[in-house]
Amino acid sequence: MATTQDSAPPTTDRELRERVVIRFAGDSGDGMQLAGARFTDASAAFGNDLATLPNFPAEIRAPAGTLAGVSAFQIHIAGGDILTPGDSPDVLVAMNPAALKKNIDDLKPGGVIVANTDSFEERNLAKAGYDVNPLEDGSLDGYNLLTAPMDELTKEAVKDSGVKGREVLRSKNFFALGALAWMFDRPQEPTLDWVADKFSGKPTVLAANTAAFKAGYNYGITTEAFAVTTFEVPPADLPSGTYTNVVGNQTIAWGLIAGARAAGLPLFYASYPITPASDVLHELSRHKNFGIKTFQAEDEIAAVGAALGASFVGQLGVTGTSGPGLALKSETISLALMAELPLVIVDVQRGGPSTGLPTKTEQSDLMMAIHGRHGEAPLPVVSASSPSDAFEAAIEACRIAVKYMTPVILLSDGYIGTSSEPWRLPNVADLPTFPTTFATEANHDDGYMPYLRDPETLARPWAVPGTPGLEHRVGGLEKDQLSGNVSYVPANHGAMTITRENKTKAVANDIPEIVIEEDADAKILVVAWGSTYSAVLAGVRNSRLEGHKVAHVHLRHLNPFPRNLGEVLARYPKVLVPELNRGQLSRLLRAEYLTPTVSLSKVQGQPFMAAEIKAKIIEMLEA
Amino acid sequence: MTTTFTRQDFQSDQEVRWCPGCGDYTILASVQTFMAEAGIAKEDVVFVSGIGCAARFPYYMDVYGMHSIHGRAPAIASGISAARPELSVWVVSGDGDALSIGGNHLIHALRRNMNIKILLFNNQIYGLTKGQYSPTSEAGKRTKSSPMGSIDHPFNPVSLALGAEASFVARTLDMDRAHTIEMLTAAHEHRGSALIEIYQNCNVFNDKAFADLTAKDSRDANQIRLVHGEKILFDGGRKGVALEEGRAFIVDVEEFGDDIVHTHDATLQDPSTAFALSRLSHGPHGPTPIGIFRNAARAVYEDALEAQISSATAAKGPGDLTSVLGSNGTWEVG
Repeated sequence: MATTQDSAPPTTDRELRERVVIRFAGDSGDGMQLAGARFTDASAAFGNDLATLPNFPAEIRAPAGTLAGVSAFQIHIAGGDILTPGDSPDVLVAMNPAALKKNIDDLKPGGVIVANTDSFEERNLAKAGYDVNPLEDGSLDGYNLLTAPMDELTKEAVKDSGVKGREVLRSKNFFALGALAWMFDRPQEPTLDWVADKFSGKPTVLAANTAAFKAGYNYGITTEAFAVTTFEVPPADLPSGTYTNVVGNQTIAWGLIAGARAAGLPLFYASYPITPASDVLHELSRHKNFGIKTFQAEDEIAAVGAALGASFVGQLGVTGTSGPGLALKSETISLALMAELPLVIVDVQRGGPSTGLPTKTEQSDLMMAIHGRHGEAPLPVVSASSPSDAFEAAIEACRIAVKYMTPVILLSDGYIGTSSEPWRLPNVADLPTFPTTFATEANHDDGYMPYLRDPETLARPWAVPGTPGLEHRVGGLEKDQLSGNVSYVPANHGAMTITRENKTKAVANDIPEIVIEEDADAKILVVAWGSTYSAVLAGVRNSRLEGHKVAHVHLRHLNPFPRNLGEVLARYPKVLVPELNRGQLSRLLRAEYLTPTVSLSKVQGQPFMAAEIKAKIIEMLEA
Repeated sequence: MTTTFTRQDFQSDQEVRWCPGCGDYTILASVQTFMAEAGIAKEDVVFVSGIGCAARFPYYMDVYGMHSIHGRAPAIASGISAARPELSVWVVSGDGDALSIGGNHLIHALRRNMNIKILLFNNQIYGLTKGQYSPTSEAGKRTKSSPMGSIDHPFNPVSLALGAEASFVARTLDMDRAHTIEMLTAAHEHRGSALIEIYQNCNVFNDKAFADLTAKDSRDANQIRLVHGEKILFDGGRKGVALEEGRAFIVDVEEFGDDIVHTHDATLQDPSTAFALSRLSHGPHGPTPIGIFRNAARAVYEDALEAQISSATAAKGPGDLTSVLGSNGTWEVG
């Protein structure tokens, strides 16, 4: 039974751990994402470094109690530098049999299971495919099993709150959260404050969630079985500064705001709702006081069209989507390329092809980003490598788009988009600026020539409606290389095709050389891009800890590549390219540099585990 | 500084390359004349087109313009107008461009009541691709792609636009420059979406499709002129249009008198009457209404968007990036 005891917990029987990985798992209606997010904030407030990985079903409400309906949220908290959400959990919270069945294989041997015994009844066991109750048949003997009748305890805790009927058990995620807060010595205030704020308009729910959380916390205090297995994860030793906890879809939105600000342009974001990119639209829609215009279009094609229209009239047009939407936008991106207007296309990649795995992560749109258009249509492609890095990646995409008058594709993915990590806030005054200059007068003896280029960047001038005397037409037909008028002259088409190609190539002069995480005498180079950053770096570091000589580079710019990349690749006898696709970057590197790369491919909708990277590095070194 | 522009000021230096005798020439002249007469500053005008014969239009107008992608002009124009509501934004489209590949964008632009003016050149044929049936071609039409006759049921573009609750819908004829200019002027003065269906003769692939309405010997009997505030009479006043149970039909005024003839009110909020009028003909055969079906005030997307920005700015102050970056809550280290 829960008590109202409020004394400080004894710390002597706590186990000190440098890092712990916890997975909350339950039915998709059990509120596991919310519980995970609240635990994340409490851990951040405590000073841990952390990384998270949500994993939810594509269906909004898959049938309750089934394996398909299991929703999970993993968090890795540590007292030290952290890279990934962790390979295998140390602690598994299983709110029902399906959650246990789906996640038990990932739990570390000897790990902790926190199970809600009330849900392990006949019907739920049958739905999960258990013939006998695994909490009772000895099959979990290799684990540290902690159980609580969470339904009953929650009902009891919330009985005075005024919630009725089905609402009563909605609070059980807060009971579980309270119990975990106790186990990990998380402060209660961040969660209670959040509840008070979030449910300020629903006093009964506020009271119920508060009561359930406290009951769970107190259950930990008063129940010996929980007390002996509590963990203490000390605060991390992070560089000093102001920190916040961010998810990638949010930082992309913020990066776009910063990018438009740096360019001195109004931001126009047009998008059609699509998983997992919709949160970028949601976030930008909240910031109309920046003058940001968001346009929820009727479809993906209209979204990119509206963004391009905004760019034509002098704003920073941006559209966001995932793979299926990028396919639909392809023709308009080609128009942007032909009209030579700035445009940023954000692709939060997901498992494909077709509808694929909408809520799972993958890096399989790389080839489409680089090559997926009709005609010779090269454009710059940049990528984000983590939730916090997405901020800078978005600014970089904006910079290239405006400076080179070109569409730019920014690749993120579902993992970056929905997972979180602490971010040391940049000083806004120190952010880059790249002010836009519009054409205001004729640039040639014969008047305004829309395609008279800057000799260095090959960018054409940008004259916008409202500017007297510079009226001109752009469009999809091939342009005369000076006037921009329609031209069918054969040599002109050849020259324009090559000029557009050279313009994209010119970006290589304007981006940093690739930085190698150098290991003296490394025998292998690991080349990666995008969201695999954390797992690859952890795999590389773990290999080094075991005495292997490994070098690592991580690419932000995927087209063009950094100008020294070929030379770097040539230095190493072995090159490993891990990707969440079937080897797309690997093939690009082979094609560009004739490097005999080795691809490590994973296409399961899940990020790499550091152990998978390490195992491949060692396998290649020992081969 | 106020500059007065002439029709010539709106003519670009590009050679006009439609087929000789094409109705597009007349429409281009009407638009250029209208622009000059309306006193629109040409630097504030943007023409957006899709693909098709009509879509070459922007190249011939010395204003800002974009010759874009098949069917997508209303979407691009929506972005232009939402971004810069002070501009005068025009879409030039055809029956294939607007109603087939671009049907979705057309109805959504009209639904939102974007402040864009859409000129739908309807020649009832695919011209640029040399003569296939279009979504407005009559059923049974024999073309290269329908040698046994088209089995597609055609759209009535005015009905379609009214179904999307377009706030301004009109129909005119390419050859009637005065009427075309009148419709363009009314569309320009209307705030919100305007769709003008222009019956445009394709003398190469679908010649005389509109002869019922344009030929000297038949036009008076077939042109039903819609004039706001006036009874709908035609054929020299011998015939009129009456409404009963939501349906419009033609009555013989000589027999029944003009008391039952409907007095046209284009400003009605309910589009039902305009829709009923649009059903008087399906395709330009027999008596067909010409003029403004609907010209009603309705909330405009761009105004609402600007209002939200103003109210958000008034409530929260101008955007401060530092406070946004910290909006998830922060903590200090070190």
